[in-house]
Amino acid sequence: MSNANELKKVLTGPLISNNPIALQVLGVCSALAVTSKLETALVMTLALTAVTAFSNLFISMIRNHIPSSVRIIVQMAIIASLVIVVDQILRAYAYDVAKQLSVFVGLIITNCIVMGRAEAYAMKTPPMMSFMDGIGNGLGYGVILMSVGFVRELLGNGSLFGVEILSKVSDGGWYVPNGLLLLPPSAFFLIGILIWIIRTYKPEQVEAKG
Amino acid sequence: MANNKDSFARTLFIVVGLCLVCSIFVSTAAVVLRPTQQENKLLDKQKYILEAANLIDTKSGNLSKADVLATYEKYVQARVIDLKTGEFVEGVDGNTFDQEKVSRDPKTSSKPENDIASIKRVPNQAVVYLIRDDAGAIKTVILPIKGYGLWSTMFAFLALDPDMNTVQSLVYYAFTGSGETPGLGGEVQNPKWMSLWHGKKLYDEQGNLAISVTKNPAVAASVHGVDALSGATLTSNGVQHSLTFWLGKEGFAAFIEKARNGGLS
Repeated sequence: MSNANELKKVLTGPLISNNPIALQVLGVCSALAVTSKLETALVMTLALTAVTAFSNLFISMIRNHIPSSVRIIVQMAIIASLVIVVDQILRAYAYDVAKQLSVFVGLIITNCIVMGRAEAYAMKTPPMMSFMDGIGNGLGYGVILMSVGFVRELLGNGSLFGVEILSKVSDGGWYVPNGLLLLPPSAFFLIGILIWIIRTYKPEQVEAKG
Repeated sequence: MANNKDSFARTLFIVVGLCLVCSIFVSTAAVVLRPTQQENKLLDKQKYILEAANLIDTKSGNLSKADVLATYEKYVQARVIDLKTGEFVEGVDGNTFDQEKVSRDPKTSSKPENDIASIKRVPNQAVVYLIRDDAGAIKTVILPIKGYGLWSTMFAFLALDPDMNTVQSLVYYAFTGSGETPGLGGEVQNPKWMSLWHGKKLYDEQGNLAISVTKNPAVAASVHGVDALSGATLTSNGVQHSLTFWLGKEGFAAFIEKARNGGLS
């Protein structure tokens, strides 16, 4: 029974209450870069979820054999291999999206969420639970990415998943797109606002004043 | 036991073993997926060639792979030419000719004398695409050009009427690295800007290269001018330099001369 509870906590915890972006403020760099369209945000979410889940799984499987003096390097080797494989798969099966994501898939290697979960969770938890933790955190990352992407694509380009919702002035419609939202800095504002909203509802997330 | 886990021999063993497993994993993925990736890359290029020739609309989405391949197969002929003489080179398949690879090889390329477009090396041979209509007459000639913008080398297809003077379209299809600035230089891919090229003339009545990407509204309104991208002076200059270079004597000038005198058929 406690196992089922733990599983639920591991899977749904990172969505809001322990969100890797909103609470831990990790992985913000890629969240700025890939959220101007929902499609890229979704693919990035899937790629990161896959990498986090499998790196957690593999690292957890060999956690008792990893010499502590080189553990970070061992983690990096596993994560880097997974990222290269994901990048190759995207280029083979989702070429157009891979072209737009360009370097950011490769940069999953340096995404703090992946390393953070490997070091903080997978190193001391059995494989299946670590795998679930990876999925949970990937989805937590995805929730923020998709919300930011939703606002940016809708207000910046008048569309959602490339389907026109608000007809733009340049195409003879009425909506004047907000260009700021297509530029990376706008994601800073949006993520800031999201963190504010979450902390208003969950005041326990607010850090104690020094 | 803990001591044993951290011993030197054990550490070495784990690290070497892990590297071995990871490298096998990565190289297997790379080898298995390479054919699909190359197919995608080729398909992407063919899509843009068809777009340049106005045979398909890439913006409309729903293009099946088979449609692109069939249309390409039916209308497009890729021919390799010698840039110095402008003659067709027989016996080389334009579809498999890798111009980028040829440009890097010192044996099959040279350093341009006046490298205004910063392309570093110009190949001795280049590929051109001839588009025929249903009756078999040539209706479009597509010249691949490239040149440095602000951040990246920009690759484009310049589609011309058979008179080798009237522009049908200029389609930017690839950039090295992360490309030009989105919203500024990246607007070279904006359909609205691209449509400005339609019907422009490359040469004036004396036969001099006259096409110009310009900020001067009077020139931009003329048949030889295209309005420069606002906020992207260096990218616009890059477009101009690419055109000047590739239409010049180190580029396709000899071929254009031949083609204009009926050398296409």
